[in-house]
Amino acid sequence: MKRILKGNGQNGLAPKTKGTRAAFETGMNLLFFLCGAVAVLFVLFISIYLIVSGLPAIREIGLAEFLFGDTWKSTGKEPQFGILPFILTSVYGTAGAIVVGVPIGFLTAVFLSKLAGPRVAAIIRTAVELLSGIPSVVYGLIGMTVLVPAIRTAFHLASGATLLAAIVVLAIMVLPYIISVSETALSAVPKEYEEASLALGATEIETYFRVSVPAASSGIAASVVLGVGRAIGEAMAVMMVAGNVANMPSLLQSVRFLTTAVASEMSYSSGLQRQALFSIALVLFLFIMLINAALAVLLKKGKKS
Amino acid sequence: MEQKSKRRVLYDRTLRALLWFCAALTCLLLAFLIGYIFVNGIPHITWQLLSTEPSFRSDTIGILPNIVNTLCLILGTLLIVLPLGAGAAVYLTEYAKNRRVVAAIEFAAETLSGIPSILFGLVGMLFFCEVLGWGGSIRAGILTMTIMVLPTIIRTTQESLKSVPQSYREASLGLGSGKWHMIRTAVLPSSVEGIVTGYILAIGRILGESAALLFTAGSASILSANLLQTLSSSGGTLSVALYMYVSERGELEVGFAIAAILMMLALLLNLSAKVAGKKLKR
Repeated sequence: MKRILKGNGQNGLAPKTKGTRAAFETGMNLLFFLCGAVAVLFVLFISIYLIVSGLPAIREIGLAEFLFGDTWKSTGKEPQFGILPFILTSVYGTAGAIVVGVPIGFLTAVFLSKLAGPRVAAIIRTAVELLSGIPSVVYGLIGMTVLVPAIRTAFHLASGATLLAAIVVLAIMVLPYIISVSETALSAVPKEYEEASLALGATEIETYFRVSVPAASSGIAASVVLGVGRAIGEAMAVMMVAGNVANMPSLLQSVRFLTTAVASEMSYSSGLQRQALFSIALVLFLFIMLINAALAVLLKKGKKS
Repeated sequence: MEQKSKRRVLYDRTLRALLWFCAALTCLLLAFLIGYIFVNGIPHITWQLLSTEPSFRSDTIGILPNIVNTLCLILGTLLIVLPLGAGAAVYLTEYAKNRRVVAAIEFAAETLSGIPSILFGLVGMLFFCEVLGWGGSIRAGILTMTIMVLPTIIRTTQESLKSVPQSYREASLGLGSGKWHMIRTAVLPSSVEGIVTGYILAIGRILGESAALLFTAGSASILSANLLQTLSSSGGTLSVALYMYVSERGELEVGFAIAAILMMLALLLNLSAKVAGKKLKR
């Protein structure tokens, strides 16, 4: 087949001579290669930029003091730059969102891929797509006007802008990612597995949870990791509901995340304070890279099995 | 047949109920979000809001500049990312022979899509606004958005290129066309719906983006005299304006109105992506 193709390509159907034509094709090849290379360049560019601009402040403040200092007073007379509160808030907030969001998302995914009829499935799928299409500021707005006042009255607080509010908003925001990735994994489980289980006398539900779910486990794990990445990187919605005070994390207190620490001071910062913000961004970037690596491993594992 | 034990029946029923409950919860959640935004937002969408600039003298708020900024940003980004993303996808599916190169580009795209928007905003601000000296401007926002939506475009285009039957390519090559001619006349036309879907997704992303744009395109709400001036001056999109009005000025009503507009656009985009996707399946 190949030889036939080659023969036809060379027998002079095209108006150009062989030489110019080959040069033209090489040129196109190069052009498209450059387009592809741009993506790689962007990643390198962003990584290098964040590292270069993030390191000076860490060097000046000291790595241990920066990472494990528990006070952030960037504008005081003797400024202190400890980002432990932000790191812990990001970790707790993300963990909370996962604890709330994953069970709901996972069970919805099982329902969607196994139990739902085609019509119901279409409705839920649309709902999930729409949820992921809602801008984060809109989530922030609703959190601000519904959730924050509700938390204030429920717990008799001075302000409802708390870690709890951020966790609920983040849980809703990661839901669509968890549902869609888990559903893809669950739907890819070979029908024979389920049929074998059913034929052995297991009920439908037993089959789904004891056969399908374990078979799709790496895909489901990938969905959780993806959710972690989304939650830890979210800035605006969290900024609108978490109150933005640099406290050590506590469920009913106003807190500041890694993302919001960068966002809230960037517009008026200068000098070491500004550089420290870049360092926070670098820490966030490292977290994200770790999560990305975990995701890549899990997805690869899913593809293999 | 053996009778099912009580425990098994209980297990079965509880889990079944839980599954229904969670699925219903997800749908109700969406219904509540949309309903709440529309009920609170639509009454505040007025012609005056849509068609004027904000004015301190008459103490009115208008979002026309933000609408213009959003359109400029979307069009500008798509113009740049269209050839770039499609080109990268064509390279990956049609040209690349070296597996390692493909893996590197795909890995890069995946990494890009995992980076939070605030980091794009930060790097965009440092490079476009400060190093290049553009200041907070729409063009800085456009380039930042280009980097951000590139992976989405690459992935969707790549998928639709892969779905083009190999026989199309063989037929075209067999008739004597060169590789580029084959791609232009046989591959791209039959995957156009998938490519369009990718662009619709990208528009949705730009529409909803706020963190990255706040630091690169800024948050101004002023109409510029011409396109060139618009591109080089600071301008907030609808999402950024929502954030500014709600957080900085406490104008909840305007916030809800903008949120309702954004939701309507999101619904519209979802619908058009579906239509494009359906055509693709055919």
